[in-house]
Parts: sequence; structure tokens; C-alpha cells
Amino acid sequence: MTAEAPHGAEAPSELVQLLTPEGERVEHPDYDIDLTPEEIRGLYRDLVLVRRVDLEAVALQRQGELGIWASLLGQEAAQIGSGRALTEADMAFPTYREHGVAWCRGVDPVNLLGMFRGVNHGGWDPAEHNFHLYTIVIGSQTLHAVGYAMGVQRDSAEAATIVYFGDGATSQGDVNESFIWASVFNAPVVFFCQNNQWAISEPLEKQSRIPLYRRASGFGFPGVRVDGNDVFACLAVTRKALADARSGQGPMLIEAFTYRMGAHTTADDPTRYRVAGELEAWKLKDPIERVRAYMFKNQIADQDFFDAIDAEADELGGDVRKRCLALPDPEPLAIFDHVYAEPHGLMDSERAEFATYLEGFEG
Amino acid sequence: MTTLTLAKALNEGMRKAMEDDPKVLIMGEDVGKLGGVFRVTDGLQKDFGEQRVIDTPLAESGIIGTAIGLALRGYRPVCEIQFDGFVFPAADQIITQLAKMPLRSLGKLKLPVVVRIPCGGGIGAVEHHSESPEAYFTHTGGLRVVACSNPVDAYTMIQQAIRCDDPVVFFEPKRRYWEKAEVDTSADSAGWTPFDRAQIVRPGTDLTLIAYGPMVKICLEAAAAAEEDGRSLEVVDLRSLNPLDVARVTESVRRTGRCVVVHEAPVYNGFGAEVAARVTEKCFYNLEAPVLRVGGPSTPYPPSRLEDYYLPDLDRVLDAVDRAFRF
Ligand SMILES: Cc1ncc(C[n+]2csc(CCOP(=O)(O)OP(=O)(O)O)c2C)c(N)n1
Repeated sequence: MTAEAPHGAEAPSELVQLLTPEGERVEHPDYDIDLTPEEIRGLYRDLVLVRRVDLEAVALQRQGELGIWASLLGQEAAQIGSGRALTEADMAFPTYREHGVAWCRGVDPVNLLGMFRGVNHGGWDPAEHNFHLYTIVIGSQTLHAVGYAMGVQRDSAEAATIVYFGDGATSQGDVNESFIWASVFNAPVVFFCQNNQWAISEPLEKQSRIPLYRRASGFGFPGVRVDGNDVFACLAVTRKALADARSGQGPMLIEAFTYRMGAHTTADDPTRYRVAGELEAWKLKDPIERVRAYMFKNQIADQDFFDAIDAEADELGGDVRKRCLALPDPEPLAIFDHVYAEPHGLMDSERAEFATYLEGFEG
Repeated sequence: MTTLTLAKALNEGMRKAMEDDPKVLIMGEDVGKLGGVFRVTDGLQKDFGEQRVIDTPLAESGIIGTAIGLALRGYRPVCEIQFDGFVFPAADQIITQLAKMPLRSLGKLKLPVVVRIPCGGGIGAVEHHSESPEAYFTHTGGLRVVACSNPVDAYTMIQQAIRCDDPVVFFEPKRRYWEKAEVDTSADSAGWTPFDRAQIVRPGTDLTLIAYGPMVKICLEAAAAAEEDGRSLEVVDLRSLNPLDVARVTESVRRTGRCVVVHEAPVYNGFGAEVAARVTEKCFYNLEAPVLRVGGPSTPYPPSRLEDYYLPDLDRVLDAVDRAFRF
């Protein structure tokens, strides 16, 4: 077993941290960051709003309006920090839990809900937002990200690619293949692993006997572990990794050391496999509370600001709920749409047969 | 007109596609300096450079997965899977990602990726080098699956596959790589047969033999032999397995009244079952006999010393033809 408690309350010493759980600003020799008060208020707003969207989605699922939901609770800092590090030209490849990154990319949250409601498999335009579709098959998207990054490289574009995956995903062949590809082609890609300590019910020890960020060295590129509940650190580390990638320095693995506060998805029962003490310990490291404490202490915002954000969050939650409920079911014949880009005989004949069959019920 | 082997015709087709469109990339194991283990990509890296003809790490999922990413960035990757039996590590990326991503995006994403697979037996190879995995892919919505059988089609179909905005699984009959034909490389592509169209490669009146890829040649030989017995067999080369050109197939069977489907893959749940079912449904009142199938037994591909028994040959095809006439 490894020296540190893999999903315990103790933060390992190798962790990059810029803001303590108590809201104290600390320095790091490689990854310091200068943020204006306005930027800090912006990050806080992001954190609160995505948490609110997430809570609303969980509630909607409980009320039977969504088939399932994968909550990001606890992972807001990792997602907002990394998501706000991206420039417009950068491309992001998510899993199914990156609602915070989607937010940073300007994807309408209702679009995310549509997928979990069963209206579509992902209704946003990836090119419009430079935010790829959610990927359910664990680890698949890491290869797409590397291929995309190879394209960026061929285009000599000023851009990088970031790909999100979990601790469980690091066991997949595709993720390991993507590390090899990125390394041998020096692709401008940042691997952003949100180690939330659990892959459904399986703890990190079932995936790895070494800290995940150290895997990178075996593939020939740097890896770093960042406090995934510290939005400043996540922003600083990701910003630097992306800049390095853009300037031709190749890939980097970031392990955001964080914790999934809720269930894996709404279908999961975490009380079966994890102890309450663990949750309590991580609650003390909440990504939002620490920014709030820092802002209060340093007079970056007053109570009016926090109240205004809370009001905005409530409004957003209500709006998301309303528009989610209004999402219409697609037409039955939509099953045959977009399967192929070019005319396809089988689709044409099956669509026609199905239409005739459905018409039989009319009149 | 130029005399080309099937392998060279593919090579020329890819060369043309690369000249026409700078976004076309070739990628796979050993496709660069070596030109592929069958030399199908011979000389392309020399002429187009390492940025366009990419020797990849030895990982099939990685080949397809990164090709998807390149396609998302606007490139048109043509991936070589070295042998049929090695497509399975890539099957996940092909089936769960390549086939479905355009639909997932409601048509906003296109994935013009070609997956070239040398397929089938008959070259005396070791295990995993002689398989016919087409049914796995024809069963997957979102993929086009085609198989060339001769140099002319190889030259045109590979270019059509590369130009197509859908993902295409492209089967190449490896034991036909060295067979030659006259190919008109100057013909205007507007006149080419669309690559989702079946073709009658030998007209006949008494029975329709349906085949694709390596079995087309066997069926042509069977038809020639049957003629000596006074039977006129029509041979249809499907070329496209998904979509299947049902109209052309059924038109032929309606005329002849008999149908035998031939492929190398196991008969059980093989692609022939689909053809037989469609023909039966559409041509029921025209059929003089049930649609028969000829193919491999439902076993793994045997050691090469036994492959002549496994692979349908002239006699097995003619035996099925005889049976069809006995009804
Ligand atoms: C290839 C594959 N196997 C299994 C699953 C079912 N599954 C969904 S999420 C999950 C756990 C993923 O854990 P991790 O990668 O740590 O991501 P997290 O959800 O914790 O962020 C599993 C096993 C899947 N989606 N894909």
C-alpha cells in the first residue's frame, strides 16, 4: 500500500495548494497566481452557480424528471479552476460529470439535462463551444482528445486540448494508449484526472498502487497533483500546463485530488461502501467555503455580494427547472435522423416502413 | 488503362485521394517506411511525409480513437488495421464511438474515417490472420461496411470511402491483393458506380450467386463451370454490405428465381443470413427454391493446413447450386 491514505482526510505533501481549507492564501514556488478581486468574485460566482444547477438536477431526478444524474458536488473547484484556464481556442473533452467545465464553455445547462432526461444523447454543438460531447464509455475520450491535439499540432494553431477523466478511468487501456500517443507525438494535450477517490464503489486502491500523477513519468511526461478543492490552484496549474502544451512542450497529467461528496450517480448508494467519517472530513475542505472565507477576510466581497450571488443561483435553478420540464420529446421518426451524414438506403427504407406503420394508428 | 494489382490499385486510389485533399491522412502500424505488411501504402510516406502518413504505436484502439479526434479537427484519416483478427482491440472505439458520435451530436459532427481491414483467408497464415469479421460491423448502425473484390473497384471504392462523410469499414480481400486487372485511372469519378451499389458482374438467367470480397472470384469460376452443364448463373458482387443494395439483389433473384449466398465467414448468424432473409421476404413468390447459404463452419478459423476445407470453393458453391435446382 502507498504511504498516504489514498482517500483519507490528510492532504499528501506533494499537493499543490494556493488556498487552504481555512481560506488562507499560501504560496507555491512553481504555480503562484495573481488574481484580481474581480476575477476572484467571478470564480466564486461560477462555483456557486454550478453547484446550484447540480442540486437542481439532483432534485429533478428525484422527482422523476431525469432518468439519472451524475452529480459534481465537491468537484466544483477542479472543474471551474481548469475550465476557466482554457482560452476560447482550446478544446475540452469531458466525461459525463463535467457540468462545471460545460458552464465555463458556455453550454446551456438545460442541454446537459436533456441528455439525462433522455431527449437526446447530447444536444449541443461541440464546435460552437469547443466542448465535446459527454462520453459514457470510460476513458474513450482521452484518445479523441489526443487525436484532436495532433490535428491542432498539424494546423500549427495556438491552442491546446484538455481531457477529463476519473481515477477509475486510469485503469482503462484507452487512457494508457492515449498517454503513449500523446507522449510519442508530443501532442498539446493536458490530461485532467479528477481523482474523486471512488469509481462507483471501488476505492482508488483498486485502480492503482501509486499516486496517479506519478504514472505520467512512466510515459515520459510530467505529472502533478493539485488540491482539487482549491480553485486557485486548479486554475494556476491548468493554466501553466495548457500554456506549456501550446508552446510545444507536450502533454502533462494533472491529478486533481478531490472528493465526490454525493453518490456516483443518483442510482448509487454510497452508504454501502464508504464510511460517514470520510465525508465529514472532506466537508471541511469544501471548495466554495474556503473561497468565501478568503473573500470575507480580505474584503474582496461583502455580504451584499454573497446575497446577490445566492439570489442569482436561485433564479438560475428555477430557470433550469422550468426549461427542463418544457423540453419536448423528440418525434418518433427522429430515431433515423443523423445516423449517417449522407443518404443511406437502409435508413431510408426503415424510416419509410416505420412511418407507414405509425400512420396506421391515425384517424 | 494501367494494369494494377488490387494492392496497387488501393495504393493509387489513396495517393489520388491524398493529392486531391490535403486533409487526408494515412495511419496505422508499419504503414510508413515499410508501406504496410502488404505494401498497400508503399511509397506514400516517402511522397507525402510523416505528417500525412503516420506510423502509429502498436495499439489498435489508439489508432481508431486518435483518428476520431483528428476527424473532429477536420482531417480525413484512413486507418489500416494490420490483419482482420486484430480489429477487436479497436472494436470498442469503432462501435461505441466512431459509429455513434455523429448521431450523438444530432448531426453536428461528421466522422469521415476509413478503417481498412485486410480480410479473409487463403494465404496460409497463422491464427488471427484470416478472419471475416464483417458481421460484427454490419450489425452496428452508423457504420458503412464495404468490400472490394477486384482492382477496378479497389481503386474507385477506396476514394469514394475517403470522400464519404460517414465512417466506413473497408474490407480488402487479402488473397486477392496480387491479382491484376486493367484500371482506367483517368476516368472521371462522376462516372464511377456509387460505392453503395451492388453490381452484376456476370449476367445469367437460372440462379443468382451473391458474394462479396474474396468470394466473388470463386462465384465467377462456379458460374463458368456451371455454364458447361447448361446452367446460366448470374453473379452479383454486393460491394456494400451496409447499406445493402436490396433493389439490385431482389431484381436479379426475381428474374432467376433461385439464390445462393456465398461468403467465407461462418454461415451461422453470418451476413448471408441477412441477404437470405431480405430476398425471401421480397421475392417469396418468385422463388423456385429456398435461398441457400455457403460459408464457413461455426468454428474459429482452422490451422492453415485445413483452410482449404474451411473456405468455400468451386465445388461447395456448385454443390449448393445443385441443391437449389433439386427443389
Ligand atoms: C467501459 C466502461 N465500463 C464500465 C462503465 C460503468 N461505469 C460508469 S462510471 C464508472 C466508474 C468511473 O469511475 P471514475 O473513472 O473514477 O470516474 P468518476 O465517475 O468517479 O468521476 C463505471 C464503472 C462504463 N461507463 N464504461
